Amino acid sequence: MDTPSPTVPQDRDDGRNHPPHDTVDLPAQLPSALAQATGQSGVSSPPKAGNRIGDTLFLAASRGSGILLLCIMAAIAIFLGWQASKSIGSNHGNFFTTFEWNADATPPVFGIAVLLFGTVVSSVIAMAVAVPVAMGIALFISHYAPRRLAQPIAYLVDLLAAVPSIVYGLWGALFLVPHMNGLTSWMNDYLGWTYVFGQSDSVAGSAPRNLFTVGVLLAIMILPIITAVSREVFRQVPRMHEEAALALGATRWEMIRTAVLPFGRPGVISASMLGLGRALGETMAVATVLSPSDKLNLHIMDPGGGTFAQNIAAKFGEAFDNGRSALIASGLMLFVITLLVNAGARMIIARRKEFSGANA
Amino acid sequence: MSAQANHRATSPLAGRTLTSGRLPTWAPAATAVAAIAVGCAIGAGAGLSSHIQWGLIAALLFVAGNYAVAARVEGPRQAKDRLATSLVWVCFILAVIPLVSLTVYTIQKGAGVISGTFLTHSMNGVISSEPGGGIYHAIMGTLEQVGLATLIAAPIGLLTAVYLVEYGRGRLARTVTFFVDVMTGVPSIVAGLFVLSFWIIILGFSFSGFAGSMALSILMMPVVVRSTEEMLKLVPNELREASYALGVPKWKTIVRIVIPTAIGGITTGIMLAIARITGETAPVLLLCFTTDVINTNPFQDAQESLPLYIWHQYSLGNDQTYARAWGAALVLIAIVMGLNLIARGIARWRSPKAGH
Repeated sequence: MDTPSPTVPQDRDDGRNHPPHDTVDLPAQLPSALAQATGQSGVSSPPKAGNRIGDTLFLAASRGSGILLLCIMAAIAIFLGWQASKSIGSNHGNFFTTFEWNADATPPVFGIAVLLFGTVVSSVIAMAVAVPVAMGIALFISHYAPRRLAQPIAYLVDLLAAVPSIVYGLWGALFLVPHMNGLTSWMNDYLGWTYVFGQSDSVAGSAPRNLFTVGVLLAIMILPIITAVSREVFRQVPRMHEEAALALGATRWEMIRTAVLPFGRPGVISASMLGLGRALGETMAVATVLSPSDKLNLHIMDPGGGTFAQNIAAKFGEAFDNGRSALIASGLMLFVITLLVNAGARMIIARRKEFSGANA
Repeated sequence: MSAQANHRATSPLAGRTLTSGRLPTWAPAATAVAAIAVGCAIGAGAGLSSHIQWGLIAALLFVAGNYAVAARVEGPRQAKDRLATSLVWVCFILAVIPLVSLTVYTIQKGAGVISGTFLTHSMNGVISSEPGGGIYHAIMGTLEQVGLATLIAAPIGLLTAVYLVEYGRGRLARTVTFFVDVMTGVPSIVAGLFVLSFWIIILGFSFSGFAGSMALSILMMPVVVRSTEEMLKLVPNELREASYALGVPKWKTIVRIVIPTAIGGITTGIMLAIARITGETAPVLLLCFTTDVINTNPFQDAQESLPLYIWHQYSLGNDQTYARAWGAALVLIAIVMGLNLIARGIARWRSPKAGH
């Protein structure tokens, strides 16, 4: 920071001996005469009583905002829990094992089995596709790309993280789905024996609005965030480690395997979990691509299934009182799951604080 | 790596003499060209309709070809290195293609739709299967909702960051830090459900733009806190000490010295947060409802917003509504990208100059 601001006194006395402190409240300790003596216009201190009131107010405001944030988090849990308990009490099915979602019927019967399955499966596919590819891009930017290319690419990836999810959804539904046709039927032909990648005969040839396509779309969506965080980690690998490996005659890949990857592992894990958190909670992209049903189907190439967020967006429009509460109950489940995933990621990050990707 | 370069420089390109055993520098490019050609040939020959498959076959051939050639000429260790390099390149291309395709496709589909009428008219009285109508009401809604959300979230986020950096010690600060981090991961639809249950179901207010802004502000707060925190930490401690030494009270030091020093980075963070919430659909879907008419009062009645408009037009499901959805998507991307570019511009303009 060469020219911080005109209000900063530039001619401070460097010879004065400062105690090694961080944020010790110095003004209180200094005789006010000293402050008067320096005679700086603009930063001369107001009367003592004024100081204290100003400081008290400012501290109260800033601490209050911090506490407000905590209150919001608590309120989310409390209000969702309250609404959820109302609907779960009236549920005539088992909340965890029922397949269908008829919360406004009398008697109301609904459960999250299909939603939980769909959410987990689509996120797992997304992670399986996105994590290796994102690591590849991160390595590409940090170690492989020609230097002139690396910076613009990093910039581009950051920009793509900002594309709204509804646009991914629109593109997914109108562009990706038709283009996944060939791949889906090919996988059905050659990998159908795995059962998971097979298609039921009744739906062969229909548009692949299935969990697999959703997973691929989610993978594309979470690529930028995983890449951004991993890239930062790979960049922080000590140069000495890399050069030591190269000096011992390692090829570039051996250098990466022995120096870069072990150093970056916690960062990559937490980046992946951040991506997982996004994939779990993604709403619009799933809602546009998937054609939902209340069947739990292990054929992930069959259209059908659902996710928590997609179900909320799709059912909300026609939901009445109990329907809404039931949707809130499923939202609470989603909240708890993402909370656990994110808290896990943060625990891992906490070991290396500087990798935090919250502002990525 | 310089050793390799020397080696390459002294060895003849022809290849297999005792001193070399290295592939020429153009070998990977040649393999890439060959792989693409063969991939296309196989794709066309086998009548595979999906171009995704053509690309995947070519990528596979490229990786395998590079490995095989290197294993023959350079030995197993070098071959592994080549394998990794080609895999990394393939990853990069695999990722770039969908992202470029998304951008190009949106521009292609959307550019034709955007016109003066499209930007200045609402959907009031437009039959969905007919051409015409526009996004004016949606733009107004988005601007108002995002503006209100920023008004709520920016001061709270800023003050919280000030607390964490300047005052925060002990358990409260640690708890706030942890929950701010966790809050960044709250799914947008959960924020929407929270405001729904609290504001609409329990307090009994109706759907409005303001309800949407509250949910958006919940999503925005942690982002603002994190970025502001990073920026405040960059302010050198000497500046604070200099100010204290002059007898300036702490709050005034923060307001007059610390924040002005970091203001560039703080603005960037807030702009990026705005860009992020501008594209949020899920909470707005639950809280603003949807409408075809212009409603400039965010505190009363349903309001449209751009992401919501895209979703609405998409779900109507005919060619005219798809076209309008693409047009709105292009406008939305332009707004978000514009905010991003401005934010990064500010960051570069106000960032500490190198070499100091």
